[in-house]
Amino acid sequence: MKKPVYIQSVGSVSAQKTFDSSSFLEDIITYNDTTVRVIDPNYKEYIPPAAARRMAKGIKMSTVSAKNALTEADLEEREVDAIIVGTGLGCIGDSEKFVKDIIDNDEQFLTPTRFIQSSHNTVAGQIALGMGCKGHNFTYVHSSISLESSLLDAKLQLEEDEAQTILVGAVDELVDHHVNTHHLIGHIKKEPTETFNVLKSQTKGAIFSEGAHFFVLSNKKKAGSYAELLGIKTFNTLQIEEVENEILQFLNENILDPEEIDLLLLGNNGDVEFDTYYQTLNEGTFVSHSKAYFKHLSGEYDTANGFGFWLANKILKEGVVPSAVLRDNHEITSPKTILIYNQYRGENHSLLLLRKC
Amino acid sequence: MSELKQELKEKIIEQLNLEDVAVDEIQDNDLLFGEGLGLDSIDALELIVMLDKDYGIKLADPKEGRKIFESVQTMAAYIEANRSR
Repeated sequence: MKKPVYIQSVGSVSAQKTFDSSSFLEDIITYNDTTVRVIDPNYKEYIPPAAARRMAKGIKMSTVSAKNALTEADLEEREVDAIIVGTGLGCIGDSEKFVKDIIDNDEQFLTPTRFIQSSHNTVAGQIALGMGCKGHNFTYVHSSISLESSLLDAKLQLEEDEAQTILVGAVDELVDHHVNTHHLIGHIKKEPTETFNVLKSQTKGAIFSEGAHFFVLSNKKKAGSYAELLGIKTFNTLQIEEVENEILQFLNENILDPEEIDLLLLGNNGDVEFDTYYQTLNEGTFVSHSKAYFKHLSGEYDTANGFGFWLANKILKEGVVPSAVLRDNHEITSPKTILIYNQYRGENHSLLLLRKC
Repeated sequence: MSELKQELKEKIIEQLNLEDVAVDEIQDNDLLFGEGLGLDSIDALELIVMLDKDYGIKLADPKEGRKIFESVQTMAAYIEANRSR
């Protein structure tokens, strides 16, 4: 019999003060820009200077996020059976520098540090080295379903009891060349836009950002568990007219009726061209469902749904839906089941289903 | 020679990301590895590349590095004697 899977703890570094667990989106920070960076925690509190000096920003963010999740789960080092990380672009900052060095120096004089950190699996490896964890160490790289692929791997292992405790993470960093190229191809908004109002935007493109979100998953429920992870489903391609039916099918596979979903958490990013996927849920079966949003707080990046997953877990544990994530101003009290639907530019759609413990 | 030593200290700090170290905190004869500045084997590779790129010195035998990279003083002396640029 498959074991249930629980989220034991969360850790997050984002454009909001999510690394500080003493408040839950009470003090919202609004930006007026086309790109948004994370609020940096004091990295020196988490990482020894000798180790930090060679770390890319993505590794630093992930280390803080992972340590916060492990501390909250009351786990000692080496107590996780596996580390699984999802990332769209890995430590792309060092990848860019490494490639630039190749060009500038005519393929000579390449230094090791940037090479070491230019691979996608650097984050999972560095966290394992820091913890002394010799267990399963894997990195999923698949655009906006990188985190979901990691969660799926963890869920399958935990259900089969091949592992009992797994650290799952998601990270992406924002760097100059990546921003420049995405400006050129119109994936980033042309004009600075106020983040809090971006979901009302009538222009193409998104506000790009970065973040690191880590979660301890286990097949043993504890007093402090956040939620049960009921289901995960991903789609590389999906037509707008298929969205509602696929969600209904997903709910059916998890033996749930649409009426049992208390809150739909949607990945709208204010791109007028592709938010139409979410708008289909404003009619039909889900027309009356309560809906919440998060990318006006987090910005867009391949693993932005990590912010959504963090948010859903916090909502379920604390029994509160912060007013900042609601758009229609009607209060939702203590939701018990949340469905997260996310996609990026009409591709790589994901459904995540969570239930209060 | 003193200009070269100053230049080396600046390059070591910049290229090895020693964010918390100031140039005047590195003495000419301080050990760079181990108990001194605490550099490690990856830093040694970075320094070998720096010698090649900035001073035209190729270390044929990496074991030579142990003596050359002992301190800023030994590095500067070796560079002065062997540089081609």
